[in-house]
Amino acid sequence: MLRPRIIPCLLVHEKGLVKSVQFKNHKYVGDPINAVRIFNEKEADELMLIDIDATINKEEPNFKMIQNIASECRMPLCYGGGIKNVQQAQKIFSLGVEKIALSSILIENPNLITEIASKVGSQSVVAVIDVKKKLLGGYEVYTHNGKISTGINPLDFIKKIENLGAGEIVINSIDQDGMMNGYDLKLVEQVRRSTSLPLTILGGAGNLNHIENLIQIYGIIGAAAGSLFVFKGVYKAVLINYPSIIEKDKLIEKTLKN
Amino acid sequence: MITIIDYGVGNINAFYNIFKTLGVEVSIARNSNDILNSKKLILPGVGHFDYAMNKFNESGMVESVTDLVMSKSVPVLGICVGMQMLATYSEEGKLPGLNWINADVKKIDSSLLTQTTRLPHMGWNDILVDNNNPLFHNLKEAPRYYFLHSYYFNCKNNDDTIATSIYGNKFTCAVNHKNIYGVQFHPEKSHYFGIQLLKNFANL
Repeated sequence: MLRPRIIPCLLVHEKGLVKSVQFKNHKYVGDPINAVRIFNEKEADELMLIDIDATINKEEPNFKMIQNIASECRMPLCYGGGIKNVQQAQKIFSLGVEKIALSSILIENPNLITEIASKVGSQSVVAVIDVKKKLLGGYEVYTHNGKISTGINPLDFIKKIENLGAGEIVINSIDQDGMMNGYDLKLVEQVRRSTSLPLTILGGAGNLNHIENLIQIYGIIGAAAGSLFVFKGVYKAVLINYPSIIEKDKLIEKTLKN
Repeated sequence: MITIIDYGVGNINAFYNIFKTLGVEVSIARNSNDILNSKKLILPGVGHFDYAMNKFNESGMVESVTDLVMSKSVPVLGICVGMQMLATYSEEGKLPGLNWINADVKKIDSSLLTQTTRLPHMGWNDILVDNNNPLFHNLKEAPRYYFLHSYYFNCKNNDDTIATSIYGNKFTCAVNHKNIYGVQFHPEKSHYFGIQLLKNFANL
């Protein structure tokens, strides 16, 4: 049967991989190609690679880097960062990327989703939504690495972009990013109810129990994580890791039985 | 020698690199001259059926590829939408398919699914294979592959089905008719199981 996906999320900053805490304090964790090779060996379900510089620096996606990574990558690859038009999106697909992630452009030019989806199919268009808790309750969508608040309610926003042709939603919790103390399940619950699209949750996973917990509640869902798959131990030593097939099967055992 | 048909759709580099690593001679064809001496063909494909058919038609390679496959019995492996293109037509589009296998392409009936997420069928799924088919030789137990699709290949002749998977209903996820092969999943993105399958195709 179809399995939930367990997805490492890698952030690219100044050509290296970094990991943040609440979108700040980026720590260098290694070389992107090297990381991809390790995740190949560990047979990761899927890989998400986000260039966190491109939009901020108003740069085009780094096609050379994307090509290098895509041709090395033996698992489905989702690339995000700096995609602002259909030509860029198509070029990225032609380099061997399965999915593209759109974020700030969803707000600046939502119709782009429809345009890209009509060319490549909705299934390859992923909307990454960075959300942060509001002081007085509820959530808000942020862009530009958590620097720009939009005043937009993520639940309304998801419905809108689903109608425009997005094929998958990634919810990235800014509050939980790098905290490693579990996913924001309250947020997940609200998001899950507001869309029937494939959904991936990012932000907060600190151990495999957090992932198991998410999968037990929601079944077919994407459980993504950054810190969990690049750090080891309380001192956060950099060590790329990922559950083995046997460990993964154990994590999803209860879901598979249902 | 394997030739990957590059008509602007699908992950050419991923196949190229896997064959290189396996030590299999491989080339990429972008026009009909590149096709001429091909001994084996990979027909990739992603996205919308009509978009892929259109691009293939525009590539100027359809005639020579069809000649190799249908008259000279050159083995071909269609991947994802590349598999769907082997059929007569698809519910997804208006353009005719290649009609190399007697089949049509239908939308997955998602009404039988219990989870919130219905379509696309996306992620890793188990498949049940016909072990006698050379495409599945020497596979470890419990083969699983990465899928990303909303339409499935509906064989008119049951004997053409060589593997099935279940998403709501049981459906054909790999097909073989004479020298023509197709897989709905992405072997180039399915780690060990995918590499073994591509190796098997290269050894046909």
